[in-house]
Amino acid sequence: MARYGMVIDTVRCVGCMDCVVACKTENEVPEGLNRDWIAYETRGKHPTLQMEIRTERCNHCDEPPCVTCCPTGASHVEDFGRIVLVTHQECIGCKACLASCPYDARFVHPEGYADKCTFCIHRVKDGLDPACVAVCPTHCMHFGDFDDPNSVVSRLLASRRHHALLVAAGTAPRIFYLD
Amino acid sequence: MTELLITRSNHLVDPYVHVWAWQIPVYLFLGGWVAGMMSLAGYFLWQGRHRDRQCTCVLTPWLGVVLLSLGMFALFLDLEHKRYFWRLYTTFEIASPMSWGAWILVVVYPALLAAALVQPPQWLRRAVPATEALASWLESRPALVRAVGLASLVLGLALGIYTGILLSALGARPLWSSAILGPLFLLSGLSSAAAFVHLVARRRDERVFLARADNLFLMLELAAIVLFLIGLATATEAHKQAAGLLLGGPYTAVFWVGVVGLGIAVPLVVQSLAVRHRIQHTPLGPIMVIAGGLALRFVIVYAGQVSHWAPQVAQF
Repeated sequence: MARYGMVIDTVRCVGCMDCVVACKTENEVPEGLNRDWIAYETRGKHPTLQMEIRTERCNHCDEPPCVTCCPTGASHVEDFGRIVLVTHQECIGCKACLASCPYDARFVHPEGYADKCTFCIHRVKDGLDPACVAVCPTHCMHFGDFDDPNSVVSRLLASRRHHALLVAAGTAPRIFYLD
Repeated sequence: MTELLITRSNHLVDPYVHVWAWQIPVYLFLGGWVAGMMSLAGYFLWQGRHRDRQCTCVLTPWLGVVLLSLGMFALFLDLEHKRYFWRLYTTFEIASPMSWGAWILVVVYPALLAAALVQPPQWLRRAVPATEALASWLESRPALVRAVGLASLVLGLALGIYTGILLSALGARPLWSSAILGPLFLLSGLSSAAAFVHLVARRRDERVFLARADNLFLMLELAAIVLFLIGLATATEAHKQAAGLLLGGPYTAVFWVGVVGLGIAVPLVVQSLAVRHRIQHTPLGPIMVIAGGLALRFVIVYAGQVSHWAPQVAQF
């Protein structure tokens, strides 16, 4: 069984927001809400500053707290690719999953259910990349199966220095950023 | 230093999580208060004190039914997808404290009602003669009353602890990731329940007993708060920052003045003087205790949502 995730090259990401627009278009994300976004992180002290630009979204964690805290089972790990999803008709809108996510990746859809990135599972099932990956003009985003040692994402992690976000929160995120 | 700018500005999430407003603290407070009433009533039933018609403790389950229903209504108001609330009862999610809570409430209601029916208030006995008959039937079965008392005590303690565990299971909010929140909310609930009976009890000996009990709960609650803060302040950077919200940060004044000062310390002094016959028993102490219990839930729920693992986030 596949275990999908992403590897994002922060050296190539310029923060153009094409991924954000593609996601909103593909998934009809309501106005004012975002399933993915750009983060600009600056570290250090002037004049020796380091800046990292990266695209962020739900990390589809291996230990997803949003799934364990869900009282109805609406938040679940899909067998297909271990993707974390929400079944809209089972969600009561209690917002425990929003509070449980260290990445603040979830929001309440205007219809009332908890919503977030789905890794465009409808596209992936058709053999396509998620919309954000497909449109990236700098090709900084890579999507694939971490359980396959020969996948692009596995080979990138094996060959490049990388980090994940907020590892200390203990959720085992599946999006990695190349340094 | 680290500066993080993000392009996201999702409702209820940015610039900091504020998914839960007044409904959740009110629900947690009422749930804890009822849990305290159930525990006290359970203890008194176990002791066979229901035979004393003047005993106020055994009347509290009647108020508990009303308060718990109000709390559940507040919880319902908080739901964003209200028409699917019944989904709580089509499954049991063993890892989800909220699912445990939903099912605990299913058991709590009958236990609360059973405890209430042992001693119906006079007006109800007159209005519904069946309650009088049931109470007489129960009175002749002390073993059954003890069982009802025990169930009320155990479920009350479980409900009280659950109201804290509900938050502490959400590890993404460092202020909440402390197992002490369970006992802290339970002690606060017990203290509010004892304060209420202290306030309204008809007999002086019961009033004094509950004032003494309340003083004990308040002292234990203070100890739990100290342990809670020590636990956070000696953990990771994220936990230290979370503790900082109450130790110099924006929630410091309301926490130390409202919760600890006016909600615990002052009533503890007032009630200690009263039980030592230095001053009269006044409604002031119990009212401050109950208001302090409500303030505790508000501060912990609001400050907890602000606490975060990420560095300070700025938005465009």
